[in-house]
Amino acid sequence: MSQPSIEAILADFAPEQASLLHICHEVQAAFGCVDAGAEAAIARHLNLSRAEVHGVVSFYHDFTAVADPRPCVELCRAEACQARGVEALVAAAEAAAGNRVRVKTVYCLGLCSSGPAARVGDTLHARLDEAALTSLVKSL
Amino acid sequence: MTTVRISDDALALACGADAVADAFAAAGCTVERVSSWGMHWLEPLVEVGGMGFGPATPEDVPAILSGSSGKAIGRITDHPFLAGQQRLTFARAGRTRPLSLEDYAATGGWASLTRARGMAPAEVVAEVLQSGLRGRGGAGFPAGIKWQTVANAQAARKFVVCNADEGDSGTFADRMLMEGDPFQLIEGMAIAAHAVGAGEGYIYVRSEYPHAIAKLKAAIALAADHVAPFVLEVRVGAGAYVCGEETSLLNSIEGKRGEVRAKPPLPALEGLFGCPTVVNNVLTLAAIPHILAPGGASLYDSLGIDRSKGTMPIQLAGNIRYGGLYETAFGITLDRLVNAIGGGTASGRPVKAVQVGGPLGAYIPPSQFHLPFDYEAYAGADALIGHGGIVVFDDSADMGALARFAFQFCAAESCGKCTPCRIGSTRGVELIDRIRGGGKAGADAVEALPQMHNARKAGRSREEDLQLLEDLCETMQLGSLCALGGFTPYPVRSALRHWPEDFGA
Repeated sequence: MSQPSIEAILADFAPEQASLLHICHEVQAAFGCVDAGAEAAIARHLNLSRAEVHGVVSFYHDFTAVADPRPCVELCRAEACQARGVEALVAAAEAAAGNRVRVKTVYCLGLCSSGPAARVGDTLHARLDEAALTSLVKSL
Repeated sequence: MTTVRISDDALALACGADAVADAFAAAGCTVERVSSWGMHWLEPLVEVGGMGFGPATPEDVPAILSGSSGKAIGRITDHPFLAGQQRLTFARAGRTRPLSLEDYAATGGWASLTRARGMAPAEVVAEVLQSGLRGRGGAGFPAGIKWQTVANAQAARKFVVCNADEGDSGTFADRMLMEGDPFQLIEGMAIAAHAVGAGEGYIYVRSEYPHAIAKLKAAIALAADHVAPFVLEVRVGAGAYVCGEETSLLNSIEGKRGEVRAKPPLPALEGLFGCPTVVNNVLTLAAIPHILAPGGASLYDSLGIDRSKGTMPIQLAGNIRYGGLYETAFGITLDRLVNAIGGGTASGRPVKAVQVGGPLGAYIPPSQFHLPFDYEAYAGADALIGHGGIVVFDDSADMGALARFAFQFCAAESCGKCTPCRIGSTRGVELIDRIRGGGKAGADAVEALPQMHNARKAGRSREEDLQLLEDLCETMQLGSLCALGGFTPYPVRSALRHWPEDFGA
């Protein structure tokens, strides 16, 4: 799959600030980050200052300034998953991940009756125990 | 050919529903993907001719088809978990295919929109007022009064915004509704638009719900002709919990940082792009088609207790044996919900606490399980109903650590606009660490500096630290702009009040 240029992404959006989050999602998905160069291009397209764009990019957890090429497991560590024992799984998951896989903490995937829960891309996993979680991490 | 019905709800998928569906298809069955019944411990739940089997795996397929499966639960609708419920908002759960316009119309869909559009907008608002419906997002503000304010505002453009940023841990009813019955939400929004004179609507969904986003987008395209000239759009959040606060959500739709706005002006008068805006939760808007059915408003008003009218989709979560969605009239006790219906903890250990209302809700001990599910009763007990999520903890829970987590979560998710929330949350983490660590003996490095001549040089006793924590909670509760900073003291204070031994006492 060829990577679209940032100009090609921007061309799909009306030059108004209300498009900003949507644009950032597209850029993050295409490049794995919204870096300074992308912020400048977005700012030009929307007629905003770079500071305004950077303010938005840095506010939201979904957008990152630097790409992380590693596969990522998003592990829910909110209260409901804590009640079902997720904290006891973290060390094993991180050990299985090493530096090869990123284990990212998120708060709530909406699977609160069947945790501990995790997400890889758009695929969800529930009822995880240590064996299931470490094998999920190793499978990436 | 046998028809098999399996949910395509995100939770069922996370439990392996696709593999089960594929196995039935390979065995020659017709597989229908329907919404979830909400009995989560049984997912993936398979329905064959009204009879249920769960939790099913692909290996169970031959036994289910031959009628010899040990996973049979009998007729699904007779299951005690469902038989005890009163489902209005979730009436279609488990019964219809989420994106089938045919199923939706066959179960009464669009009738309320047609009826509402035949009425004057003021009459629609009057029926919503009569129903007693209160906002299901957490604040419990009467929906009809909000609608009336927007309807009476003079403006060229008005908006209906659905708050689907369901970030509270322990809640999933919005997600289930968006994935299982998206047309009902769309119909509710179209009725709201007619009632207040809005032409455009937005549904703001958190990015953690990819399945709900996909279903909503597909449903909006399918339903466009039914709701025209009203137009709808999905906006996807970006991982900020605070965007569930309505003014922060509006900023986010406008493409700005999700910072909270000071109120007034109320969003009902100056909301999205400065125009009058109805902002309602998914469950509030999804309750509207039922209320606008003939006689619906008075039925709604007849349910519940005191000023909490109608039904609440309660979400049983955390360490609970039978977790899932339980919609019932207000007034039910926690004891019934947790012990009788939920079957106690999943771990089999005694229940220590439940947190009602998400990360900002109070921890409630079993001695208060007689509380009726009611906005005012909870407020009177220094607790809140919030979005109706109930998270159960067993006796291994460390309430001091959970109180610390409440501050830590607030620090991670604070938008930074107001000082009590931005700074108070971090000071709270430090303070709880200090209390749990046995206090401090003398001035620290900063306090000992000559410039800090006003700083206290002596250590603090536990009582003084606890008083400081109480002061901090009071400052956050009264001084924060929104519920994030303002309600974080609820879990902290309740944990400290009921389980002081977990704070190193």
